[in-house]
Amino acid sequence: MKKEYEIKAKDFVRAGKASIGVQSILKNIGFQQDIIRRICICAYESEMNVVMHGADGTLSLNVGDKEIVLEVKDCGKGIEDIEMALKEGYSTASEEHRDMGFGAGMGLPNIKKNSDNFEITSQKGNGTHLKMVFRVNGNRE
Amino acid sequence: MKLSEVRDILKATVVVGDDKLVMEISDAAASDLMSDLLSNYQEGSLLLTGVTNIQVINTSLIAGITAIIFVRGKEPNSEVIALAEEHGIPILKSSYNMYSSCGMLFSNGLKNIR
Repeated sequence: MKKEYEIKAKDFVRAGKASIGVQSILKNIGFQQDIIRRICICAYESEMNVVMHGADGTLSLNVGDKEIVLEVKDCGKGIEDIEMALKEGYSTASEEHRDMGFGAGMGLPNIKKNSDNFEITSQKGNGTHLKMVFRVNGNRE
Repeated sequence: MKLSEVRDILKATVVVGDDKLVMEISDAAASDLMSDLLSNYQEGSLLLTGVTNIQVINTSLIAGITAIIFVRGKEPNSEVIALAEEHGIPILKSSYNMYSSCGMLFSNGLKNIR
């Protein structure tokens, strides 16, 4: 099963809709609460990253028998220093983002913590691509 | 503790979810940081926050937050209320600040998330 959502940069009203959509799909398939929660935390943190930092992007969900793959791509300005971005507390977010409760430098570390496998590729000026993999084993009701 | 007791202790007003006041609340967390909640939150708990934008509802849905208290007399807008209503998340608002609200609930037996 595959599903792709568009994410609009700076659209803070619609931000989160893709992740809530992912949550609904996974609930309907009948996955256990724990794996749904982990996947949706990753989806939501990456969706918010695109809305806050990226230009427009996409979030795609691919549910296979053995694993669930979540990919988030944007065509934004990219991440200059990935190693720094993965450190808890490091953030380039604006005051506006912080007022909304984001931008504490916990997004990428949260994503890394909640996924079974996580890859990030980014180049300055060429957008960012996140691939998160979750093993299905024993997580289906 | 029932949500109705939380309402009484905090002299709170119900914004959404009059029908949810019988809900049993076993523990709570207080934060204005959404990533903090996504990282440390436990499903089924009460959230106290001073942030009232729509991301609080989305974060609640993702983290499994059962009920929300807006402190410091903060008013959510109509979009926030509509989304909470759609997903059955009760919202209460209290004029007490975060520190006092937490203190009052804690001293009445509502503990931190485990």
